[in-house]
Amino acid sequence: MVTTDKPAYKVIGTRPIRPDGIDKVTGRAVYGADVNLPGMLYGHMKRSPHAHAIIKRINTAKAEALPGVRAVVTALDLGPDPAALPDLSKNILAGDKALYRGHAIAAVAATTDLIARQAADLIEVEWEVLPPVLDVREAMLPGAPLLNPNQHTRTPSGPSENASNVVAHAAVAFGDADKAFAECDAIVEREFSTKMVHQGYIEPQSATAVWNPDGQVTIWSCTQGAFPARQNCSAILGHPVSKIKVVPTEIGGGFGGKIAVYLEPVVALLSRKSGKPVKMTMDRVDVFEGTGPTPGTSIRAKLGATKDGKLRALYADLAYENGAFAGSAANYATMCIASGYDIEHVKLDAYDVLVNKPRTQDYRAPSAPAAAFAMEQLIDELAIKLNMDVEQLRLQNSCKPGTRGPMGMPHQAPGHEECLRQAIASPHYNSPLEGPNRGRGTASGFWFNVGLRSSASVSVQPDGGVSLILGSTDIGGTRASLAMQLAETLGIPYEEVTPTVVDTNSVGYNDVTAGSRVTFGSGMATVEAGKNVIKELSARLAPTWQVPVEDVEFEGGVFKSKDGSKSGTFKEIAQAIVGRGPGLTASGSVNAGFLQGGGFSHAIVDVEVDPETGKVTILRYTCIQDAGTAIHPSYVEGQMQGGAVQGIGWALNEEYYYDDSGRMVNSSYLDYRIPTTLDVPMIDTIIVEVPNPLHPYGVRGVGEPGIVPPLAAIANAVAHATGVRQTQLPMNPRRILETTSGK
Amino acid sequence: MLAKHGAAARVLAGGTDLIIQAREGRRDVAVMVDVKGIAEATQLSLAGDGALRIGAATSCSAIYHNKDVAKAFPALIDSASLIGSVQIQARASIGGNLCNSGPAGDSIPTLIALGAACHIAGPAGERTVPVEEFCTGPSRNVLQNGEMLVSISFPAPAAHSGAAFERFIPRNEMDIAVVNACSNVTLSADGQTFTAARIAIGAVAPTPLYVPAAGAALVGQPVSDATIAKACEAAQAAATPITDMRGSVEQRHHLVGVLVRRTINKAVKRARG
Ligand SMILES: Cc1cc2nc3c(=O)[nH]c(=O)nc-3n(C[C@H](O)[C@H](O)[C@H](O)COP(=O)(O)OP(=O)(O)OC[C@H]3O[C@@H](n4cnc5c(N)ncnc54)[C@H](O)[C@@H]3O)c2cc1C
Repeated sequence: MVTTDKPAYKVIGTRPIRPDGIDKVTGRAVYGADVNLPGMLYGHMKRSPHAHAIIKRINTAKAEALPGVRAVVTALDLGPDPAALPDLSKNILAGDKALYRGHAIAAVAATTDLIARQAADLIEVEWEVLPPVLDVREAMLPGAPLLNPNQHTRTPSGPSENASNVVAHAAVAFGDADKAFAECDAIVEREFSTKMVHQGYIEPQSATAVWNPDGQVTIWSCTQGAFPARQNCSAILGHPVSKIKVVPTEIGGGFGGKIAVYLEPVVALLSRKSGKPVKMTMDRVDVFEGTGPTPGTSIRAKLGATKDGKLRALYADLAYENGAFAGSAANYATMCIASGYDIEHVKLDAYDVLVNKPRTQDYRAPSAPAAAFAMEQLIDELAIKLNMDVEQLRLQNSCKPGTRGPMGMPHQAPGHEECLRQAIASPHYNSPLEGPNRGRGTASGFWFNVGLRSSASVSVQPDGGVSLILGSTDIGGTRASLAMQLAETLGIPYEEVTPTVVDTNSVGYNDVTAGSRVTFGSGMATVEAGKNVIKELSARLAPTWQVPVEDVEFEGGVFKSKDGSKSGTFKEIAQAIVGRGPGLTASGSVNAGFLQGGGFSHAIVDVEVDPETGKVTILRYTCIQDAGTAIHPSYVEGQMQGGAVQGIGWALNEEYYYDDSGRMVNSSYLDYRIPTTLDVPMIDTIIVEVPNPLHPYGVRGVGEPGIVPPLAAIANAVAHATGVRQTQLPMNPRRILETTSGK
Repeated sequence: MLAKHGAAARVLAGGTDLIIQAREGRRDVAVMVDVKGIAEATQLSLAGDGALRIGAATSCSAIYHNKDVAKAFPALIDSASLIGSVQIQARASIGGNLCNSGPAGDSIPTLIALGAACHIAGPAGERTVPVEEFCTGPSRNVLQNGEMLVSISFPAPAAHSGAAFERFIPRNEMDIAVVNACSNVTLSADGQTFTAARIAIGAVAPTPLYVPAAGAALVGQPVSDATIAKACEAAQAAATPITDMRGSVEQRHHLVGVLVRRTINKAVKRARG
């Protein structure tokens, strides 16, 4: 771990045991599908077998007549799309048109799962099948079949004249790239493509709902964000937010894929109709076909430098598949692609494009990995052209405080330079790589990280322990990382804090657990709640000490009177004040803004390519990442390793493999190949700490940046091992064989 | 039971194919007949002369945990130890792999190359079928309604012989073979000449393929790269692969050559001891 002037923390930086650990390893933890209620019915979804088809008629009579069936719902039960959230309802249950295979059409609740499935099969749908559009560049062409004939492209100069599959065109320009390229000594230009991939969480979506006759609705869900899920259900169902309670269960992975709601509004409707609790759980095919993967892309990029190694100009045309509706935004790519470097002239055109595939959702640093796949390969090629060491080329051009960052805003304390210095000094970078068919590649990655809104409450217990009440679902160990920040603030041991994640009625508003924001934003709320506890304790202490409240000081976990005559630890004072007096609860709520400073990650990877089979073996992988301040270093390392492993899968084997009719043919973990433990080496980690000035303890989001570099780092390594550039993902054995045969 | 229920009944061995197929609705099964209680179906007996008989339901891990079997039949261990994972191997049987009759079944080329025979029992009595004649198409084989596979027998390995199995998959476990192959070779006493050979390949035709021409290309020839290349060409000529999400025609043709060469070389090494 590399540290630049860090205060002497007592709790922060240690590696205590997570509070949710025992329940999780013993199987006691309650996940989405573990929710069971008395009298509960089982729901099942009817899904479209076609990628693009008009729904002419739905007949549910036979399904409703099946004994054991208690309710059937279709889009008619949903009502119109909420104006503020376009297409939300249409993706929950299709009304007049199915836009991808797996699009939900109707749902059934029955006394058993089997009856619900049989009933779903009895629902008759009359289709008019349309030709599907599956390729992002083809979908952009005039004359392509339109998913939504009423959609016009949002452009910087207003809506397009003709209807189009292009949802939006975002244009970013700084300087004069066209002119600057003419002044460059070395230019590299290539076309890249990546395939749609899934987050690959293990736990499928599951939701359970009870709609009471008095209008009180309770929904249990393994969502990434109970509050936004409540908001969306309210909008879709036309039911007041305050009458809906969402109870978040444990979550078996999300990575962005469990932000959107799918089942929640449907089980609520089924419960309203049947008067019983209803549960619905997806199977793996539903998860692949019916949730939100991350876009496939087509990127054309051009990068130029002068012969002294100064990056001068970048142009990129970035087309991202959005799936059936506007989804994960290509615009995010424009916020990341150039943010690691000081490049004066930048011109970016980003397109969100509809295709007949599931509506995309965010996936760990959404849009950034594909952009880095292009950018960091061009940098690698440029270094070769300029005969420079690529890490020195990156370092020479790295952003510094004040360099233009995402959305044109200046970087405050970017950690890119420090990551590069640590990479250059690392044992990995300085070890020789010997043997035939081997290559080493490197790449950097940036993700902007978000702040958003968080709340937390702290209750002081009679024995001096504290209860930390959280509304951010814990995906990556945030019960621990937030409890540690509270312990540091109160000057007490970590073990004195008991964190609990509660439902939407029991704590203030929290945005989703996403954007690498919880340890940052909910951390700020937690620290504020802790400070409010100190304030309240001081106020109650002053009269008993018979001093004015200004004279009660708190430092390092000890209350002291100004004259030094009286003192007590947090625990002693809490026992005295709360043990005998009225209870004490304090809260903290923050709006941490949109951007939180961003995070850099860097990868060094060694590969071996079997020239006869095209199989790539990852020999060694080091992830170097700026954590700002690593609250719990083990969990930071876990995030870095997790991002690296998902990136390895994305680079080498993962893809939505479609047939011409728009059917995903590999919708199981047998043929959708995420890496197994035998496919990855131990991922080495180097934590860099350049404190984030926006957070009281210097925290930066660490969940996402680690997945940004691996696609490019592996492609660079493969290029060095084989002499052939890989511009298309996945770099599976077949593609490597096809691109390198004859070499 | 099997005779009574006919096509609606299926033998249950480890269930690692059957239960999944039934659950996914790919197979309609009214009756499952667990045969793991039948001693003959779970036997593992190595005779004094070196011949081996394994029960059709004997698990892969029972096979590779037997040291004598592992030593005498390393190619069988190559197959048994890479089907699925440790958990799967504790239940999955070689008989189940064969009766599932998948074109890519990872034990079948090995059974063919080792010259194994299937011992079948049914209402009409018992019969024996060479493994290469057992599979008749994807998920289809010679078993009639009411029949079950009881055991599989292997002749004793010849002196100076060796066999090896390999498969190619994009990952390192939990995958279906893009191509697999097994070569079983016998060498002259000086280890310089091929005197007999059986070669089989999988995932490149509707059934695993025995390629006599590939073996014939070796017999009587010196052990050399040129000889081995001839066998590889013969195997490639016999392959009729398709393009699907797991691989292309060209890739599979190419891999047949690679895997047959690699397994022959490994078999030669084993034959030389
Ligand atoms: C996660 C996973 C990974 C796998 N990986 C591999 C792999 O790497 N390679 C591979 O080849 N396979 C693999 N398989 C498939 C499967 O494990 C193997 O085919 C296994 O050998 C089947 O054996 P079993 O005993 O479980 O058969 P079962 O499932 O019990 O039976 C399979 C079929 O054969 C029939 N049958 C079984 N025994 C008899 C008998 N004695 N007489 C008549 N019919 C019979 C059954 O009725 C059924 O149709 C995998 C499966 C899973 C779930």
